[in-house]
Order: sequence, then structure tokens, then C-alpha cells
Amino acid sequence: MSRQRDDYENSRWRKFRSWIDGEVDPLASGIMIQPPKAPIEKRIEKPKTENPVTLQSESIQDKDREWNQTPEEKKDPEGRGIRWFCRFYQVMSVFLCLSIIFVLLWTIAYLPAFGNAGNPDNNEVSARYIEQGLKETGAVNIVTGMILDYRAFDTFGESCVLFIASCCVLVLLRIDAADGKGSFRDTKNRAKKTKGDPENNIMAEPEAVRTVIARKRLEEADDRLYEPKNDVILQKCACVLVPLIFVFGIYIVLNGHLSPGGGFSGGAVLGSGLIFYLNAFGFKKTEAFFTEKIYRRLTLCALTFYCMAKSYSFFTGANHLKSGIPLGTPGAILSSGLILPLNICVGLVVACTMYAFYALFRKGGM
Amino acid sequence: MSFVQNFPFFSIIAAMFSGILSSVLDGRKARNLSLLVIAVTTGMSVMVLGFCMRTGESYTYMMGHFPAPWGNEIRAGVLEGLTAVMFGLVMFFAVIGGMDHTAVDVEESKQNLFYIMIDLMLSSLLALIYTNDLFTAYVFVEINTIAGCGLIMIRQVGRSLSSAIRYMIMSQLGSGLFLIGLSLLYDVTGHLLMSPAKEAVAVIEAAGLYAVPMLVIMAVISVGLAIKSGLYPFHYWIPDTYGYATPTASAILSGLVSKGYIFLLIKIFYRVLGQENVIASQMINVLFVFGLAGMLMGSVHAILEKDTRRMIAYSSVAQIGYIYMGIGLGTQAGMVAAVFHMFTHSATKALLFISAVGLYEVSGDRKDYRSLIGAGYRNSLAGIGFAVGALSMVGFPMLSGFISKLLFATSALQSPHKMLPTVIALAVSTVLNAVYFLRLVITLYTIPSGEENEGESTSALPEKQKPEGIKESREKQIVLKRQRFSKFRLAVVSYILLNLVLGLYSQPIVAAIGKGLSMFD
Repeated sequence: MSRQRDDYENSRWRKFRSWIDGEVDPLASGIMIQPPKAPIEKRIEKPKTENPVTLQSESIQDKDREWNQTPEEKKDPEGRGIRWFCRFYQVMSVFLCLSIIFVLLWTIAYLPAFGNAGNPDNNEVSARYIEQGLKETGAVNIVTGMILDYRAFDTFGESCVLFIASCCVLVLLRIDAADGKGSFRDTKNRAKKTKGDPENNIMAEPEAVRTVIARKRLEEADDRLYEPKNDVILQKCACVLVPLIFVFGIYIVLNGHLSPGGGFSGGAVLGSGLIFYLNAFGFKKTEAFFTEKIYRRLTLCALTFYCMAKSYSFFTGANHLKSGIPLGTPGAILSSGLILPLNICVGLVVACTMYAFYALFRKGGM
Repeated sequence: MSFVQNFPFFSIIAAMFSGILSSVLDGRKARNLSLLVIAVTTGMSVMVLGFCMRTGESYTYMMGHFPAPWGNEIRAGVLEGLTAVMFGLVMFFAVIGGMDHTAVDVEESKQNLFYIMIDLMLSSLLALIYTNDLFTAYVFVEINTIAGCGLIMIRQVGRSLSSAIRYMIMSQLGSGLFLIGLSLLYDVTGHLLMSPAKEAVAVIEAAGLYAVPMLVIMAVISVGLAIKSGLYPFHYWIPDTYGYATPTASAILSGLVSKGYIFLLIKIFYRVLGQENVIASQMINVLFVFGLAGMLMGSVHAILEKDTRRMIAYSSVAQIGYIYMGIGLGTQAGMVAAVFHMFTHSATKALLFISAVGLYEVSGDRKDYRSLIGAGYRNSLAGIGFAVGALSMVGFPMLSGFISKLLFATSALQSPHKMLPTVIALAVSTVLNAVYFLRLVITLYTIPSGEENEGESTSALPEKQKPEGIKESREKQIVLKRQRFSKFRLAVVSYILLNLVLGLYSQPIVAAIGKGLSMFD
């Protein structure tokens, strides 16, 4: 073994190890809910308006306190038994992972060989998808016909997975003020005020250092303050690439039933185009055409349409009624019944979800 | 085709659609919508159950224009209908009973998101019950997992966030193993729908092909779903998850979510892998041993625990152990007992969580169970509800827990090799259950005479430290209590009635479970 480093206690490896051993709670230092500093000048000027602010900070302090009061007593890291147990635990977990890997690899050896014509999965199911797929669904792309017609219920479930995942991220990351509107503006105003009044923060440092630190803090506190960042290279690239990306994404979505692609892949391309535009031009310009309201409406409309259309199709199918939706000529853009609109719906949901994830992780709102 | 046969499909779609719609509603409307949807789907499930009882057979329902091996399918029978009715009832009262707490625990602007989670949770549970397709099952397992995470972390306190992370990691591990199992199964059978997959499995087993993959498939699917339902060695996420979430979420997670996975496992055993193959592979004995261990260790952990809600959560570990022990007996009677205990536990655990909250409120919201001394007098209905739940879990006659213990014991007598360990474990576990549950009940009904001063002095201490916080929360509580009374009362009384119904009219329910299980074949 190599010599222990002097600053071993602070090294990354040591931190990682102590996290693995469960000595520190990963969240204890990572997510620290700090009460926002109440603006001092505000408190002096009008004592009545500072009420909500202090209330809020108090509630956060309460949360903080609750966080620190874990019922489990802090285990002594010096304890020999614990250390021995940790070592044992590490060895056992490595052993367990290796054995699972071994068992799964061993199983693969017994599975039917890949691509063999006599494999069990080469049966009447895939035969009908391949032979009758075009006639029954009207989609030249068999995969799209499969996921949006034969097994459309699963795909509806998958789009609901995306929907609920974005709801979870909203729960976790969206910053809401007490009055129900975005508290974002408050922070912004507060940040602006602190900027104008630098005595607020650091008194000891010299002027230059102080302003640098203050600016950095502000930048961290408010990503949007310095937007658009006006990076010329990025903006020029975006001018060229964003239209191309959008057109390509729309092409993939619309041609999902004719060529490789479809709602999921096209939606991902559209979403990445939106994120690119956002990075180049900032939130203000993006909000001109894409706000949270639009996001909600798009998701709602897309999922509602999917739900209604497929419910109709399931209902008629199960009751052996004619659905009455024409399949059109295979190969034409307006063909294959419901698949084209459903692809558009899935594409919208995927694009919105991707953009929402990005915006929420970046600043806790859209 | 009768119109009633559409109802399983309608209820799944209605639950999903209400979740989608709730994203643009405000909290109150979303709440009413989800209550409405739960009530409507439960009504539909009752009619499906009635239909299947009347016709005496199950039916499959095509989801689309394509028949079985090509398109998706759902299936309804007596057991599916019965489970859907039970789950719907438990969910409805859990939402009602914890409604005001939800209003406090969840941020105002995020209320509708909470009810989206509830709606999608309902849809995923219904889909897990009715599905006849392995991949549909997996998709809805995913929805269920994410909704569960959301329900835990929506109360944004440090502990609930960390327990949500823990839940997510364990749950994803379970989902991953389940998915590996499904892909291996698809590789050797070539089918994703349950009925054709079962035929293919029968052919494979008869020819003696793929012995190793089949064993691994059984192991991986059972272990994956066991992790997700919190069987003993994988129970570590349970106490925090159930102990720190908002009451509705605790009741739903402990009462329904884990049961949904167990139901899916039973369905896969019967409808895909074939019960006789599972028994022959000894997989069932592994579940049996883990179940026994869970019965004992869960109770031991619960006895050592001081925090009431975590105590109830550890008791869940023990009860899940009972269910797996019933599955592990490998007989029809054992399976009936397991399914009945599933119902018992979901009704009782939800009752315990909801009434424990009522007791907390009148005792200054502290975690230690000693703060509950005399709480049964301060909130009499919650005290009665808790006592009924605790007695039911211990196995008091007239309540549902008694019937499930009776069923377990009688089914153990029919399986000669496992009789002795089962009966001994049942006896020991019952005693251990009694130790901590009766301790709690006695605490509730101890007249706080000598300790009252002590209790007040301890409660006075933090008041000095943070006078405003305490006062504020107390006022809030009082306001809450006035509003809550009727809803809370409704929920607790309904759960008690549900328990009594399960305990007193068990015969037809047990018969229906037996009938439903035989329909699975």
C-alpha cells in the first residue's frame, strides 16, 4: 500500500469511502437548506412587508432543525466493531455484485444463439408483424406500426412514464413562493439590491476581491441576471443549427411511419434543439414562444389526444366494431390511420419533457 | 359481449386521464377529481366482480384490433375484481383521512402534483391487477415506482427526501431485476402475453430445455418483485419511507403499493411460469425461508423502535413476511391465506397509519411513542381505530387478522414438510406482535397521572427554545382539527368497518379468492 497522504481526510477518495461506509449522510452536506438572508434595508424601511420573508426563512430553519435531529444517534466512527463491519460489508458487496454478474453471464451461455433462425422468438408473432404489418397498420416502418398500433397501450404507458417523471422533477425542483407565483423574481430583485449595496456582504476584503466574490455569488444566485450571455460563436452557430435541428426533428416525427424514427427519437431531437436555443439566447427570448403555460397545454393536449384516440380504438377493437379510420395508401405521408397524429403527440411530450428537465435543473422553473 | 366487460379498461384509462387532466387544475379541483375517479373505478370494479361471480369465469379483453399473441390484452376474473375493489376502498379512505395533512405537508402550488401521483398510482395498481401482458406489467411497474417516489418526497423535509432516494435506488434495483427476468423469458419463449407464454413454458419444461435460464428467470423475477415489496432482507427502505412520508402516502405505500407487486408475482407464478414449475424449482422454499425470517426479524425491529410510525413500518416488514410465507407453502390453501392476508394488511395498516396521525396531533407531534400516553382519551376515535388495528394485527377474534392467522395455520397443517416451522414462527411472531402493539395500546390508554407533570415539563422545554414555532404549529393544529373532524372520522370508521367485514364475513371472501385462484390456471 502506498503512504497515506497528509490531507487524506479531505481527499475525494476518503469522502467517497466514508459515503460508501455510511458514515456521512450524502445529503447532509450536499443539500443544505439555508435560510435566505433577509434584506436588511428592507427590514429597516418597512417592517410590515418583511413578515413573509422571515416567516419563510423560519420555516426553512425549522426544516433545517428537523433535518439535524435525526433519531438515529450518530455512530462513533472510531468504533472497532463498526469498522470491521464496514470492511466486511465492502467485501461482501463486491462479492455479491461479482456473483450476480457471473450468474447472469453463465445464464447467457445457455440462451439460444443470437440470430439463429430456429430461436423461440422467431415465431408467429414476429412473422405476422413482418408479413401483415403493412397491410394491417398501413405503416411502412414496422417498428412504428408495432409500438403505436399492435402494442399501443404499452406506448401510452410509456408516455405517462415521461409525464409523471416530469411531474416528479417539478415537485422536487420548481421554486414556488408563498404567494403561489414564482419566487424567482424576488431573488432577482434582492440580488439586484445587494449588488447596489455591497456593504451588505463582505467588509474585510479589499474592494476588488469583494466585488469579484459578490459578483460570483450573484451569478450563482441568479443565472438569468447575466443572460443572454451573448457568446457570439454560440449564437452564430445556433442561428445556423437550430433551424436545421428543428426541421430534422419535425421530419423524423412526421415520417415516423415511413422511415426509421418516430415520436420518441424525433421528440428528443426537438427537445435538444430547444435546449440549444435556450443556451445561446437565454430564457427571455425562449419565453417568447415557450413558457410553462405552453408546456402544460402542449403536454395536456398531446396526452389527451393520445388517450382519447387510443381509447376509441381500443373500445372498437375489443367490441369488434369497425373503427372507420382509413389507413390510406402505404407510403404516403397522410396514411396509416392514427399513427401519424400519435407520433406527433409522443414527439411533443418527449420534447417538452426534455426541455422541462433541463430548465428545472438549471433554475427551478420555466 | 356485455358492456360491463369494458369496465377494467375504462377504469385504467379513467385513472390515467384524470392524472393528465390534473396537471392544469388547481389543488382543490385535482383532489376532488381524484376522489371522484377512485370512487368511480371502485364502483366499476364492484360490477366487474359481480359479473365474474355471476358468469363464473374470467375473460380477456383485447386492447385494440389485434388478438392475443399480437396485441395488448387485459384480463379480469374474480380475484382481479376483488383485489381492485379492496385496493380502491383502501385508497379512497386513505386520501380522505389524510386530506388535511396533505394540505399542510405539501406546498400550496404543488397540491395538484400530489393528486397526479395519486391518480397515476391508482391507474398503475389497476393495470398491475388486470394486466395479461408481461411488458404492460413492466411499464406500469415503472409508473408505480416513480409515483411512489413522488408521493414520498412531496413532503419536502430532509428525511423524506433521503428516504425517497433510498426507495428509488432499491426500487430501481427491483425493476431492473424484473426487466432482466422478462427479457430472458422473452428470449426462451418468444411471447410477452401471459397465456401464450405459459404454453411456451409448458413446452420448454416438458422437453427439459433451458433448465438454467428458467431457474434464473424464476429467481430474478421473484427477487426483483420481493425487493420492491420489501421482503425481509431487502426491507431497509421501508421504515424511513413509511415513517416520514405524509400520512396518505404512508397509508397508500404500505397498504397498496407493496401488495400490487405481490399480486403481480402471484399472477406471474400462476399464469406464466406455472405454479408446479415454481414449486419444482425450489424457488418457493427460498421465499418461504425469507418470509419466516421477515416475520420474526420485523417484529424484533419493531419492538426495539421508539418512534411510533417507524414501529408500524417495521410491523409491515413482518406482515409482508407472513404473505411470502403463505406463498412459500406452495399449496392452494397457503396461497389463499396469503391473498387474504394481503387484504387484511392493506386495510389494517392504512387504519393504523391514519389513526396514528390523529393521535400525534393531540400529543404535540413528537415521534417517541411515550408522548402518546393517554392520547386515546384525547382523541377517542383515533384511539379506538388504533386499538382495533393493533388487535387485528395481533390476531384478535372477530377482526380480519385473526382469520388470516387461522388460514395460515390450517394451510400449514396441510403441507407436512413445512408445518412445524410455520406453526412455530406463527406463534412466536404473534407473541412478538402482541408485545409491541399491546404496549402501544396500553400506552394510549394509560391515564397520564404521575407522568403528566413530567410530560409537560418536557414539552415546556422546547417551547422556551422556539416559542413562536411551537405556538404557531399548535394553532395550526387546532384549526386543522376542527376542519378535519368529519373526514378523519369517516376514514377511521370505514377502515374499522372494513376490518370487521373481513373478519366476520370472511367465508364468502375466502371462497371467492379460492375461485379466483383456480381461474388463474
